[in-house]
Amino acid sequence: MDKPQNNRAWFLVLPVLAIVAFSAVIPLMTVVNYSVQDTFGNNQFFWNGTGWFRELLDPTTDLGGRVRDSLWRNLLFSAIILTIQVPLGIAVALAMPREGWKVAATLVVMAMPLLVPWNVVGTIWQVFARGDIGLLGYTVNRLGIDYNYVADPLAAWVTIIVMDVWHWTSLVALLCYAGLKSIPDAYYQAARIDGASRWAVFRFIQLPKMRRVLIIAVLLRFMDSFMIYTEPFVVTGGGPGNSTTFLSIELVKLALGQFDLGKAAAMSIVYNLIILAVCWVFYTVMTNLDVERRRPPADA
Amino acid sequence: MTTESLSTSATRSAAEATPKARSAFRFNGGSLTLGLYLFFLVLPIYWLVVMSLKTNAEINSGMTLWPREITFDNYRTIFTDPSWYSGYINSLTYVVMNTVISITLALPAAYAFSRYRFLGDKHLFFWLLSNRMAPPAIFALPFFNLYSAIGLFDTPLAVALAHCLFNVPLAVWILEGFMSGVPREIDETAYLDGYSFPRFFVRIFTPIIANGIGVTAFFCFMFSWVELLLARTLTTVNAKPIAATMTRTVSAAGMDWGLLAAAGVLTLIPGALVIWFVRNYIAKGFALGRV
Repeated sequence: MDKPQNNRAWFLVLPVLAIVAFSAVIPLMTVVNYSVQDTFGNNQFFWNGTGWFRELLDPTTDLGGRVRDSLWRNLLFSAIILTIQVPLGIAVALAMPREGWKVAATLVVMAMPLLVPWNVVGTIWQVFARGDIGLLGYTVNRLGIDYNYVADPLAAWVTIIVMDVWHWTSLVALLCYAGLKSIPDAYYQAARIDGASRWAVFRFIQLPKMRRVLIIAVLLRFMDSFMIYTEPFVVTGGGPGNSTTFLSIELVKLALGQFDLGKAAAMSIVYNLIILAVCWVFYTVMTNLDVERRRPPADA
Repeated sequence: MTTESLSTSATRSAAEATPKARSAFRFNGGSLTLGLYLFFLVLPIYWLVVMSLKTNAEINSGMTLWPREITFDNYRTIFTDPSWYSGYINSLTYVVMNTVISITLALPAAYAFSRYRFLGDKHLFFWLLSNRMAPPAIFALPFFNLYSAIGLFDTPLAVALAHCLFNVPLAVWILEGFMSGVPREIDETAYLDGYSFPRFFVRIFTPIIANGIGVTAFFCFMFSWVELLLARTLTTVNAKPIAATMTRTVSAAGMDWGLLAAAGVLTLIPGALVIWFVRNYIAKGFALGRV
């Protein structure tokens, strides 16, 4: 495109490079190092080659089984929250006011959950959903439904999913809203003159305009739900049993709970490769979309 | 659609087009959807606030929709007990350190990415993103070893540096988004007027993107403030953040729910204070400046 080539720009990037290398490259090297060795304590390490990886990727072993289960749980979780949050986010965005004081009020209320610290999101839902002291838990139990997220895996899943919907749907909605606002009024007038139905307006005007932001929203939500740790950890601690143990929770158990360096390191590498792959898709899509738009961003 | 039906609908709608054009993109039952959704968002927060104003006796004795008698004891405990308020001080210390480091380093880098092409720029930009997306769980153990080895373990600086892992890339991406919205002619004019790069950057460019810097600082602050896993792993006593303090409210008398709720309410304050100013930039910040 039209940016001038200038390799001296590297000097401007160097500080960032240095600190990110310190925070990312050194630790990753440690991880790679651990992943091919075994230890019996005392800082004595033995070469283990690809042993950990073979165990990790073989679902018949204890480690492999746990990793596979937590991976499936995590994928299921991501799929469920995307299925709920994307349509709900679009519906909310379509219903949001376009002008007047209501806009600011709606935006402020919608932004609230996004700005709550993640462990406090957990706390909020803990005190909200408990059967004895929580408004939600108490009400549901009063309606005659047996609901206890500490003991019942299904209830735990429902709680975590509702919590995530509460926490993140606003992000999808706000992104869609940004897309909707960029549609000129003339489009709607034209649609009205053509006698287009509400559905046709949505399908042929609004949806195409939201495509870009929707892709961003889906990718962001997938990435974040794929590395979710704090919220379920606070609410369920991965339980009951292992029913809400997602990838990150499993990894932290291995690494900091049992200090199983080799296994944890091998799992970190596999986990990171998955993330890198999705991240690459994300990056490609983002840059392609950027090329598509190339106009100064409209300030809200 | 036939010509005939087109023309009839055109005449019909021409009459109502003007006053109703605005509502053309309204969703049926839209206000209801929105109302229910907003109610769903507010209710849990309301419950947290109410609980923080109740006594533990009231919390455990049954369901009350609002406190029978409002008590501020829970807040008083937090502000007078060092093990509680030091958590806030520790958190604020490393969060502010992290925000300052992230913005300072990211500003020149974002400028480079938004204005120039250079060897490996795309790979580098991608690599930064991949660090923003990397699960902190991967880094918990190596960070623990690294910071123990260099003697920073259990200091705010360790957490501040660890959070640079995702906050520096975040800041670069968001700032790049803002900077790319500033026309390059401004730079060129300034250079023609004899400004050196540092002077131009500080005197002219920074004021132009002041909004962007504010938004970026806010997001760095927020993401460092909400992170629990790394902050908890890298601290034990002296630098223990409030998020970690909150995970241990079990006392001999059972859970101290009122206290926990009060601590939670206090962590909402930074967000609540600035929510008004950032409301139009929330989507942009979370989407890394790409909206």
